[in-house]
Amino acid sequence: MQDPCQLVRKTFGDPVADDLRFVVKAVVGEENYIDMTPNKSNNYCCGGGGGFLQSGFPDERRQYGKLKDDQIKATGATYCITPCHNCHAQVHDLSEHYGGHYNVVHLWTLICLSMGCLGPNERTYLGEDLAELLMPEVREEEE
Amino acid sequence: MVDEVVKIGKKRKSAFKDMVKSILPEGGNLDACLTCGLCSSGCPATGIGDMDPRKFLRMAALGLDEELTTHPWAWHCTMCMRCIHACPMKINIPQLVFNARKAWPRDKRPKGILGSCDMALRNDTCSAMGATEEDFEFVVGDVLDEVRATQVGWEDLEAPVNKEGAEFFLNQNSREPVTEPDEMVPLWKILHKVGADWTYGTKGWAAENYCMFMADDEAWKHIVEVKKKAVEDLRCKVWLNTE
Ligand code: SF4
Ligand code: SF4
Repeated sequence: MQDPCQLVRKTFGDPVADDLRFVVKAVVGEENYIDMTPNKSNNYCCGGGGGFLQSGFPDERRQYGKLKDDQIKATGATYCITPCHNCHAQVHDLSEHYGGHYNVVHLWTLICLSMGCLGPNERTYLGEDLAELLMPEVREEEE
Repeated sequence: MVDEVVKIGKKRKSAFKDMVKSILPEGGNLDACLTCGLCSSGCPATGIGDMDPRKFLRMAALGLDEELTTHPWAWHCTMCMRCIHACPMKINIPQLVFNARKAWPRDKRPKGILGSCDMALRNDTCSAMGATEEDFEFVVGDVLDEVRATQVGWEDLEAPVNKEGAEFFLNQNSREPVTEPDEMVPLWKILHKVGADWTYGTKGWAAENYCMFMADDEAWKHIVEVKKKAVEDLRCKVWLNTE
């Protein structure tokens, strides 16, 4: 999981990082969770912050994100959870650009998946392994 | 890695650094640097454009104003604050960077950020993608209708807009309503499950604030004030902005 700088280091500190881990572990199972190093308030920014995604410096932005990509790959995890909008866009791009092809998901996606209520149109960022998992019941729309 | 030596002609006084110091509490400690390099060793932007945070700060200390306020690195630092977190002297490099951004002529600042800021100033939604009040209300209603009609057990899901007196006023990044509206649904479901009393507002709903990244103080302040007023007008207690 990417600790968002904005939420963790810049605002609520390690307690909120611990809260995030509590939720993520409850959702994916403790044994499936791997932390990056360093993390929490010491985490590296992914490179999506400060307007970098919009500033028109894609090469520099990816150079910045290389450290994050290496960090994610070092965990061997197949999913990176990004509980921040900018992080999601940036890490998703890093995964494709540097060829790691790990999946990058919003926290809300995993919470709803684990509750068995993630609808068919809400699965864009899940990998093939989870794409059909716990699919809730749907009915055809009546006109 | 820094392989280019910074050349200093004569001793110069940094007007830029003095300006930054004057607006920071206790001068932001800008003179207290030990040159230990902790900031640079843990900064992902180190090496981009042959720059790093310590070098940037030293350039300010040496009065290299011209170089500082024109070097694009001001836009490569994300102001993530890891350096100040690591720095033994708590030197506020991101503030220095913010002010370096501010020193750029407005029309020379990165077009993507400039465009997003200007777009957000155009109407009270504060959307950097230009989505209007009507667009937003329509998309939310449309997505909600579809979920209620097709997803078993979610016939009474709600996504309130302009609900007066709600506990939470929720902001939403423009990307969802504009480009991937279905991504809003999981959040609504979670709020529904926990019984949260929440609402969107047609005004001030967009979470992003590019004017802040632009270092345009007036515009940044305006955006925050529009959003604050939207929250207050609906008499909501908590303003939730996840950006
Ligand atoms: S960490 Fe602080 S004291 Fe050390 S070089 Fe950087 S700014 Fe100077
Ligand atoms: S705030 Fe800027 S200089 Fe400091 S660690 Fe982050 S990117 Fe580097």
